[in-house]
Amino acid sequence: MQNERRAAIRSEAKRIEKYFIDSGALLIEADSLLSAETLLDLYGEDIRSRAYVTNDPVMGERMMRPDFTVPIVERHMSEGAEPARYTYNGPVWRMQDAGSKRETEFIQVGFEVFDRSNPAKSDAEVFSIFNDILPNNLQTSTGDVGLLLTAVIGLKTTDLRKAALMRHLWRPKRFQSLMELFSKINNKNNKKNSYSKHSDKGLQKAIKDAGKFIGLRSENEIYSRISALRHDAKTSPISIEEASVINKILNLKATASEALLVFEEFEKIIPNMAKAISGFEARLEALNKRNVNVDKLPFEGSYGLTSMEYYDGFVFSFSDGDTIIASGGRYDALTAVLGAGREIPAVGGVIRPDAFIRGGEKC
Amino acid sequence: MLKLGVPSKGRLQKDTISWFEKRGLLLKRTGSEREYTGSISGVSGIELVLLSAGEIPKELAKGRIHLGVTGTDLIYEKLPLHQTQIHIVEEMGFGFADLIIAVPNVWIDVNSLHDLDAVAAQFRHEHGFRLRIATKYHNLVRKGLRNFGVADYQLVDSQGATEGTVANLTAEAIADITSSGATLKANHLKMLSDGILLKSQASVFASKNADWSGLDSQKNDLCKKMGWKDLIL
Repeated sequence: MQNERRAAIRSEAKRIEKYFIDSGALLIEADSLLSAETLLDLYGEDIRSRAYVTNDPVMGERMMRPDFTVPIVERHMSEGAEPARYTYNGPVWRMQDAGSKRETEFIQVGFEVFDRSNPAKSDAEVFSIFNDILPNNLQTSTGDVGLLLTAVIGLKTTDLRKAALMRHLWRPKRFQSLMELFSKINNKNNKKNSYSKHSDKGLQKAIKDAGKFIGLRSENEIYSRISALRHDAKTSPISIEEASVINKILNLKATASEALLVFEEFEKIIPNMAKAISGFEARLEALNKRNVNVDKLPFEGSYGLTSMEYYDGFVFSFSDGDTIIASGGRYDALTAVLGAGREIPAVGGVIRPDAFIRGGEKC
Repeated sequence: MLKLGVPSKGRLQKDTISWFEKRGLLLKRTGSEREYTGSISGVSGIELVLLSAGEIPKELAKGRIHLGVTGTDLIYEKLPLHQTQIHIVEEMGFGFADLIIAVPNVWIDVNSLHDLDAVAAQFRHEHGFRLRIATKYHNLVRKGLRNFGVADYQLVDSQGATEGTVANLTAEAIADITSSGATLKANHLKMLSDGILLKSQASVFASKNADWSGLDSQKNDLCKKMGWKDLIL
């Protein structure tokens, strides 16, 4: 039974792989054991609760590939020609929450597009290829991280506050608590730590009085944060209008074409959203050309803001109600992080063939 | 035989023995001081098993002991599935210890997790690597920091003398169990005001995985003596 099911998954994966190759992709291979350091620097310590870590006495910590994105991007950035379309087909390993019945090993077949000519067209290409090959009874979700990103960058506030918000864009709870903090007139936390009544000498004394100086973080680093806090204490709060746009983006649930109408309202308050909004509009047109009905396509403003930390533009998924069968999105910034100075707009996604094979039968 | 696991040495063992003694159950080590065997008088059919407090969670999960005394911190750290494997019978009111996050006293700009998160961003920018937090409670710390939303940190393993790691420049902050705070103070560290990740105390736990069949009379005797309603398994 288990064997039959695995065989069915393999052959389904092969069928999807062929479809991707026929759509212009080059089949490539990737390592299963990845440098833990790269993944840890990218995702933070949390990746340890999602990926399996193993140890090599010489190479150090290695991670069982939790997805293909990082090795594929690394490979493209070091040796790939432009533009490029890739497909890959193989297992990934994911540690699951204690007690979870989710699988820890499964096959992913992916399709990735590295192309700087027309991002909207590439987004639509990837989405419609997935839409065409997947069963048509699945639930579709879409979002666009770029809208929130450009809204945050466009806030009338300090770069310091924007950087703090950007850093937590993919941690909705913390993001919202920072938004609250920055929207308050009296920021208590700043008052306590900014030592507003201390002179430079007074600060030196305060550190001296705190006891023996230990650790790698230097006195200068402490001063520089205090001076940042003092500066922040004088910053006026984020306006109610701007904060409400952010809130509305996060709570928006509509069809893609309805969403576009709301965005035009947002743009009046945060003009920096213009580029993301015209990109959104161009994407809808491109989707339309590929026969995707954007009047029925669901859109969620907060979609893609959890667990998929590297997405920074269009995001999508297909699910059967319980399980995500396919998901993907745009990850331009990731190519810059892994590209050592080079970058290229990139969009792609993966399908889990096991998710629509029950027993030995395709459903 | 119903097996009761208790810590094999130290303060925790002494407190456990006197806690049971107050309820009329005498736990005794048999043989020499160094031999890890024991006996129980006061109820029949119960066997005493002396174990390291750190081993007790695993033994409970495997069902090799029916009851065990250990700290809640060890249960939460070592058994991610503790809800389905064990049941807490009674908190014993000693062995209090909190899992806390501490930073150098001289970080006068840091009092909360919010500050720690901001400093983690600054530190990574300045030093080119993620701020190091030394601990042996990896799961609990990671979970606590994720819940709050602290980023740009890394956990470095420290199985002992954790408070010394900051002065030794192998970590910037620590996460450890503290009861009085004296060790923190001696090592020039302070607790974050909202950095208590877990409040722990010694407790009696029952294993849901142990074979309880044929142990009804021992169970009932013990419940009566201890004032437990049931072991609720």
